[in-house]
Amino acid sequence: MQLNSKVLDKVTFLTGSADDVMNLPEIRALSPFDDNVMVFLNDVSRELMGNKEVKAYPDVVTFAFWIRKGSLLKLKERFKDKDQMRLGKGIAFHIAPSNVPVNFAYSLAAGLILGNANVVRVPSRDFAQVKMITDAFNKALEQHESLKSYLLCVRYERDSEINDLFCAISDMRIVWGGDQTISELRKSPLPPRSGEITFADRYSLAVIDSDSYMTIEDKARVAEDFYNDTFLTDQNACTSPRIVVWTGKQINEAKKIFWSEEHKLVEKKYTFQPIQAVNKLTQVYIASTAMNGVKVENHEDNLIVRISVSEINENLMDYRDNSGYFYEYDCKDIMELISLCNDKRCQTIGYIGDRNMFVPLILSGVKGIDRVVPVGKTMDFDLIWDGYNLPAMLTRTVAMV
Amino acid sequence: MTFEDIISISPYSLDREDKESLLTSRLKELTKLHMDSCHEYRRMMDAVGFDVEHVKSYKDIPFLPVRLFKELDLKSVSQEDVVKTMTSSGTTGQAVSKIYLDRNTSANQQKTMVKIVSEFTGAGRMPMIIIDCPSVIKNRAMFSARGAGILGFSMFGTKKVYALDDDMKLDVEGLKEFLEKYQGQKILLFGFTFMIWQHFYKELVRLKDAGVTFDLSDGILIHGGGWKKLISEAVSRDEFHARLKEVCGLEHIHDYYGMVEQTGCIYMECECGHLHASVFSDVIIRRAIDFKECEIGEPGIIQVVSTIPESYPGHSLLTEDEGVILGVDDCPCGRKGKYFKINGRLKNAEIRGCSDTYAAKF
Repeated sequence: MQLNSKVLDKVTFLTGSADDVMNLPEIRALSPFDDNVMVFLNDVSRELMGNKEVKAYPDVVTFAFWIRKGSLLKLKERFKDKDQMRLGKGIAFHIAPSNVPVNFAYSLAAGLILGNANVVRVPSRDFAQVKMITDAFNKALEQHESLKSYLLCVRYERDSEINDLFCAISDMRIVWGGDQTISELRKSPLPPRSGEITFADRYSLAVIDSDSYMTIEDKARVAEDFYNDTFLTDQNACTSPRIVVWTGKQINEAKKIFWSEEHKLVEKKYTFQPIQAVNKLTQVYIASTAMNGVKVENHEDNLIVRISVSEINENLMDYRDNSGYFYEYDCKDIMELISLCNDKRCQTIGYIGDRNMFVPLILSGVKGIDRVVPVGKTMDFDLIWDGYNLPAMLTRTVAMV
Repeated sequence: MTFEDIISISPYSLDREDKESLLTSRLKELTKLHMDSCHEYRRMMDAVGFDVEHVKSYKDIPFLPVRLFKELDLKSVSQEDVVKTMTSSGTTGQAVSKIYLDRNTSANQQKTMVKIVSEFTGAGRMPMIIIDCPSVIKNRAMFSARGAGILGFSMFGTKKVYALDDDMKLDVEGLKEFLEKYQGQKILLFGFTFMIWQHFYKELVRLKDAGVTFDLSDGILIHGGGWKKLISEAVSRDEFHARLKEVCGLEHIHDYYGMVEQTGCIYMECECGHLHASVFSDVIIRRAIDFKECEIGEPGIIQVVSTIPESYPGHSLLTEDEGVILGVDDCPCGRKGKYFKINGRLKNAEIRGCSDTYAAKF
């Protein structure tokens, strides 16, 4: 294949080089959970853990933890296909979201673990986390020369010519960054046998059984968990609950404690921006004109704005907002959530209580709900993500009869 | 209390208590009016559990973020009664505010403006130089903020001339002729701060170097639109004044703060460099964290209230500007009421999240 190397002049390489890109078409796929890859990632993990600066970035620490040997072996245990012969698809081209610093690293690691060579477009914003991680990649690559072409971290301004080039050699395209980025990338053709994984705009919810909540002793811990699900990403990740649904018999008591605990924590930890107060007030008013039964709960300040709704309207999530803007609904029967969940945009349910309560809801055939995870775990990355089975999608199965 | 009762009051004559009771009474009435006449406004007030009967001060009345007028069509009169729709200037692609005016509200805006501006220019109209291009008001169907500002101030002009042509070039001959014709008379100049600097002042400097000078020492310049672009050119208010005086002798210069959402109630800058609230309107500075009122000297988000709006629920608005109250009733210029300054726009939020942001949400 003839690649126009001129195009690559517009690309900055944080790992690898333009020459590595030119050689990509010749590169060999690896087996999933390849030994060298596992050792390499463990070295990266050690590199990161040994860096004092990293300690200030919990997102980098979490990533370092995810790629350490013990954690990878667990993944291997869960996903290694012992009965069939599998290989990586080949070349995976990843577009990382522009405002989540560490996401690119998970996407890359997943592609690599599953046996692919990876070109990853990192956020154009100059996040310290991106530098720390790519530095650690480069350091570890010194001992793993053979893997050099398997992880190419690139940075470039939105540019269709560059997208075209990478897409033309991709066996798999992985697009984060939501609907608009996906439609942007879809303008670049993929080869006939290549596939695509798209992480579109999604919303998530939390369902809290008030009776279970009341039995939890460490309520401050729950507040911390919920903070990590929401405020840690300005309540604007696809996994962040935009609505809290309450079930059980002690809803009023539970709400009171839950929100007062949460408020204490947000007051202490969250960096509040004045325009957020204006944004949330604007959204409150817009929502109140669009839906019936909208009631703003009293709040002493603008850190947490709660809006109770008397019915779950199918348009409710069109009026979602972020930075501490929560709809709340008192639910008698979990099936009342059908209109919220029968929407392709509905992704994660973070729960407190018995997860089995969602089974009938899921089995009713709703188009949404890809993940049901405990509150505090909504951001935990896994190879089953957003409804996709990455080990299946990023590998090729060889039938040998 | 009707607006007719208010408009007869001298704009800067009331002290704190009298003004507060006047505003409370009028704004409560406007709140009731809009709750009765604007369905959307009613729902908003219901959503926040607002009860007008509990209002003790006009400060208790909820404020609508100005952005709502971009997102929603808010009016308290039927469409047949709308005589004018004002729109804010927005950069291409952005939503613009839509403000619906009936005959009455539109007339009251004009009356108010006359009362306020006359305090600074003296009564009576005068020859007027508009430091902008004629095309900005050509499209009468849709008013832009610039066009609205020009039209608003045009009522103070007898004979009017545009200083710039449609390519934003200074009309040197036209200007010369105009100044000769009205020599010795007081002349009103009006324009937007950045335009004045970029297309008027800079050109005057160039002409002066070439030996062509203009004498505007009999002029009164009123300018608005904010300092944002000039701050990026590192031009302060003092420098703006000093340099204009130097190049053309212009000494009487007044900035003003105002917005299309509350046209009429403008805030004029006095001789001491302070923006003043008249009896027809007020500013309240709010803390972002809880919307409580700031102390004097404490910067916060600017809320504006106006006694004028009857045709749309815009009598109490939350802007996206930051400002600070400098004092009440005690400005050395002698005018009563609050005086304040603008610090600039609130910063856009930097929000994390999985979806890439391509443009501002609104």
